Amino acid sequence: MNGSESILDVRDLSIAYGSKTVLSGVTLDVRENEILGIIGPAGAGKTSFLQAINRMDAFNASMKVTGTLNFLGRDVRAWRNAYALRRQIGVVFPLPVGLPLTVYDNVAFAPRLAGKRSRAELDEIVERCLRRAALWDEVKDRLDSLGSLLSGGQQQRLTIARALSQDPVLLMLDEFSIAVDPVTTMRIEDVLKELRQEMTIILVTNLVQQARRLADRTAFFLDGRMVELGSTESLFNGETLFPETRDYIEGRFG
Amino acid sequence: MFAATDRNRTNDRIQRRYRNVFLGMTLLLVLPVLIILGLLVVRGGPVLTAEFLFEFPKSGMTAGGIFPAFLGTIILVTMGLVFSVPLGIAAAIYLSEYAPDNWLTRSINLAIINLAGVPSIVHALFGVGAFVIFFGFGTSILAASLTLAIMALPVVIVATRESLQAVPHAFREACWAMGATRWQTIRRVVLPNSVSGILTGVILEVSRTAGETAPIMFTGAAFFVPFLPQTIFDKTMALSLHLFVISTQVPGVPEDFPYGVALLLIIIVLSMNALSIGFRTWLRGRKKW
Ligand SMILES: Nc1ncnc2c1ncn2[C@@H]1O[C@H](COP(=O)(O)OP(=O)(O)O)[C@@H](O)[C@H]1O
Ligand SMILES: [Mg+2]
Repeated sequence: MNGSESILDVRDLSIAYGSKTVLSGVTLDVRENEILGIIGPAGAGKTSFLQAINRMDAFNASMKVTGTLNFLGRDVRAWRNAYALRRQIGVVFPLPVGLPLTVYDNVAFAPRLAGKRSRAELDEIVERCLRRAALWDEVKDRLDSLGSLLSGGQQQRLTIARALSQDPVLLMLDEFSIAVDPVTTMRIEDVLKELRQEMTIILVTNLVQQARRLADRTAFFLDGRMVELGSTESLFNGETLFPETRDYIEGRFG
Repeated sequence: MFAATDRNRTNDRIQRRYRNVFLGMTLLLVLPVLIILGLLVVRGGPVLTAEFLFEFPKSGMTAGGIFPAFLGTIILVTMGLVFSVPLGIAAAIYLSEYAPDNWLTRSINLAIINLAGVPSIVHALFGVGAFVIFFGFGTSILAASLTLAIMALPVVIVATRESLQAVPHAFREACWAMGATRWQTIRRVVLPNSVSGILTGVILEVSRTAGETAPIMFTGAAFFVPFLPQTIFDKTMALSLHLFVISTQVPGVPEDFPYGVALLLIIIVLSMNALSIGFRTWLRGRKKW
């Protein structure tokens, strides 16, 4: 871990939908080139946390975010335009989302939004991102078939390629393995191990062992708060002081 | 073993009986339609000659053709489409893609659904008040087609909104997360994947206005006009009103004339439907998700 510089600094973050608070008092930092794991049972507020980071609250009138989220030294709500902010952050969703466009257009979508038009440049980006997402060999002969018709595991890697096409500073994965087969999960985990050299990753995962395998530090969310954040090693070696964390890690609930 | 087989046989028999009952009810429904269509084709078919379609009425509408009415209906429906479709699609895009989920949006949606159920005579009176009198268009093609457009608007909005909502929300979120604006998302992903549904629904709904009589008879359609309309401020004849006129208001019309006019109306509506279905087949190709 070369990084000790934080690229995301969250202070006293709270999130509510209407009058229902679903996350409160979260303070944490995400350091350059680390994989930060986030574990916790369904409904803990993990997805909402990710959505606050890339300002998805702008698309949901009932979602209220308070506190500060400094991304690259600036509060995300102070970014002059939220679209530029989102282009720095790649997102992978729990259910694979192949857009109903060709494989090529899926990956070229974000570069085109960013104004890239030259075919050669787009070709290069599409190939590079598909290669890094370990999908190139399977789709290189059918770049013009629909992305939404690929298998689930392929669509999830397509989503990763799409996220990479943004050249993101931060990659956020939300329970990416929930709907894909174990082989694909392992392949994606290998991809993430490569990517950590170049970017910072937040890995929300439903698999406790996945956090153990990949994360440098792990945060445990429960019932709308962050119980603790520590090095993955210490958390899994039973050094945690919190009985809830131990129970969750050992599979006693969740 | 025998018992089981017996029971299976009984089940089969019951199944067959139910199937036949439902089949019978369906045929009962289709029968009147077939009879009407058959009657129209048999009695109206021979009437639909080129002269009938493309000549003016003669001798107090008891002879000659129906060209002014034929043309009038085409003009009214086309202009109704031109006025209602862009506005309706824009409104549906706003309601489906932009409007926040609050009481105002919900009341607008409710109002639109209710508007779709308002009887056409009420639209007619609105058309008279708004277009003929208030805007001063007089009884004219413009006023009549605007009235038809107002009448078609709610159904255009509902059909469009349903097609937009059929595009999974996850696609929008994926685009937004990549930094796309709402409009970029709509243009690149939502519309291309709903346009076939939108156009089909819209043409289907609007084609039904071809047969409407009440909304146009007070706003722009005339009993008899001896010349073709020159501007949109002229009155016009229309098939639906002409059918009413020659069946009930004019003595001495050949018995088969109304059947010919009715058949022509049905042909217009059906061919627009066929057009929209063909269009959808052409656009859809394959399922995309
Ligand atoms: N769009 C929304 N509107 C209202 N409540 C929501 C919305 N999204 C999530 N919630 C609620 O917020 C809580 C946290 O959800 P979420 O952030 O999805 O948790 P997790 O990802 O840990 O399962 C849940 O109780 C959920 O019902
Ligand atoms: Mg979640």
